[in-house]
Amino acid sequence: MEDPRGDMDRHQPPPSLWPIGFAVGVVCLLVGLIVSWVAAAVGAAIAAIFGFLWARDVVAAGRHEQPTVPAETDGAPPSAPPLPAQEGGSAMPEPEPAERFPRSVFLEASTLGLGALIGAIVTLPVLGFAVLPSFLKQGSKDIDLGPVENFPEGQYVVATFMADAKQGEISRRSAFIRNNGTVEGKPSFTCISNRCVHLGCPVQPGGPVFDAKKKDVRSSGSGLVELIPALPAAGFICPCHGGAYDQEGNRTAGPPVRALNRFEFLIKDGHLILGTMYSVASVSGTGATARIHKYGLAGPGQHIDGPEAWLYPLQPPH
Amino acid sequence: MYPLDWLEERSGLIGGLRYFLFRKVPADTNWFHTLGSATLTAFLVQLVTGVILAMYYTPDPKTAHQSIEHITHDVTLGWLVRGMHKWGASVFIILMFMHMGRVFLFGAYKYPRELNWIIGVLLLATGLFEGLTGYLLPYDQTAYWATVVAININGTAPFVGPYLASLLRGGAEIGPDVLARFYSLHMLLIPGALIGLITLHLYLVVRLGVTSPPWSDEAAGEGPPEPQTPARAGLVRPRARTAVRGRPTE
Repeated sequence: MEDPRGDMDRHQPPPSLWPIGFAVGVVCLLVGLIVSWVAAAVGAAIAAIFGFLWARDVVAAGRHEQPTVPAETDGAPPSAPPLPAQEGGSAMPEPEPAERFPRSVFLEASTLGLGALIGAIVTLPVLGFAVLPSFLKQGSKDIDLGPVENFPEGQYVVATFMADAKQGEISRRSAFIRNNGTVEGKPSFTCISNRCVHLGCPVQPGGPVFDAKKKDVRSSGSGLVELIPALPAAGFICPCHGGAYDQEGNRTAGPPVRALNRFEFLIKDGHLILGTMYSVASVSGTGATARIHKYGLAGPGQHIDGPEAWLYPLQPPH
Repeated sequence: MYPLDWLEERSGLIGGLRYFLFRKVPADTNWFHTLGSATLTAFLVQLVTGVILAMYYTPDPKTAHQSIEHITHDVTLGWLVRGMHKWGASVFIILMFMHMGRVFLFGAYKYPRELNWIIGVLLLATGLFEGLTGYLLPYDQTAYWATVVAININGTAPFVGPYLASLLRGGAEIGPDVLARFYSLHMLLIPGALIGLITLHLYLVVRLGVTSPPWSDEAAGEGPPEPQTPARAGLVRPRARTAVRGRPTE
């Protein structure tokens, strides 16, 4: 009898729900790698269980296609008297050529299994070495910008410094610093990062930059800090794609999706120290009395408020 | 030729090469069918010039740009090899798009060649990634800021974007390791992937044969009947095999 479904259908595995569980496990494992090791372990366990069930189904379906071994016709036990060992033929019947022995199945499985195990043992550390450094041991250092007296009240200063002197020139960053005087006896500074929140180009002050009044300050850990007074009357402008911001860093035109990032600051031994960077949705008010809508640091181009922020629920460690 | 016979007897390589080079193609192929070979040639030029450039380039943030200047101004014919690599990259990408357009407009992506279209799309994506990683290597202001922008564009992809960006730049910020990282991707990992994919692509081209243009009489079944060749078994569905061996009835 010919199979009415034809040749093509015979190789299709039966429908199965196990892959869905397997996929859930893999997702849980990947998320767990970043969120917590417990979640990763649970994900690995789920993936392993469902992967096993899936593989078992597939293998079982494959077994059905093996040519069936004809059943033994003579079920009666041997009735002849036992012969001495050196006489007569072999006790085992000659194997059918198409018959599959458990031994060969075992050898196949162990060869593939051992190969997969060795492959995994070699691949996992290499993969970890390639991927994990991007996410571990992150974090920024505090940056010493030198004595507070170098920042006259009410004036913007372009401060250029090294985020990590060990990394050299590649870690050079700029910030726009304005001394806002004091609020209730506490000093207030506006510390805006110069990285455009569209795609990360360096924004420029929209107005004169007084290069002649440049001051070099040598500070611990931040290399040579350059301080250049500037008058960003038109705010800050990005040369790459035309993003524009006002003096508080609020977006006024162009493609950026939020206000410019800012640095936390503290004053230690009379020095202005920049701390971690954070993202700002918008700023209402100006100077010392400004209200800053502050969020955790997000990459350029990523929304931090409104429905679009749902597209970026988890941030890698900064 | 004795040496060739010796080689053929022990490897079959000569026969294989002859089969590859002198296989049958439809009679009405035209110049548009050469775009694939042209793309392959452009890739080979990139491969050869890239290997030579790697002899002089240093992927170190302090000396990378100096080594580029050295190649361009000091090394004999260095300007030529670097120019071939730089402009050849654009040629490779443009030819890929033209080849893709030919395959699309000729309907050559249809059964049984869907898989080769998919491999071709993977080749296009991999080729574009090769261009992205290569752009950083001169390590001047253009290269640096273009790479910053490109990585941040990746960062705006929903959900995975921030992680993709961190993975590409090797951390939260572009550090001194990124240049070597991109260099390794550019000259080892991605070319390896490209060579593997191109091998698969060519294997399927040889196995499935070349398509006639859409205006071809042969393709429409109105031209002279093609002589039956037993070597094209892969083109026939298993169930239809017996029917083809006799007379085409459908």
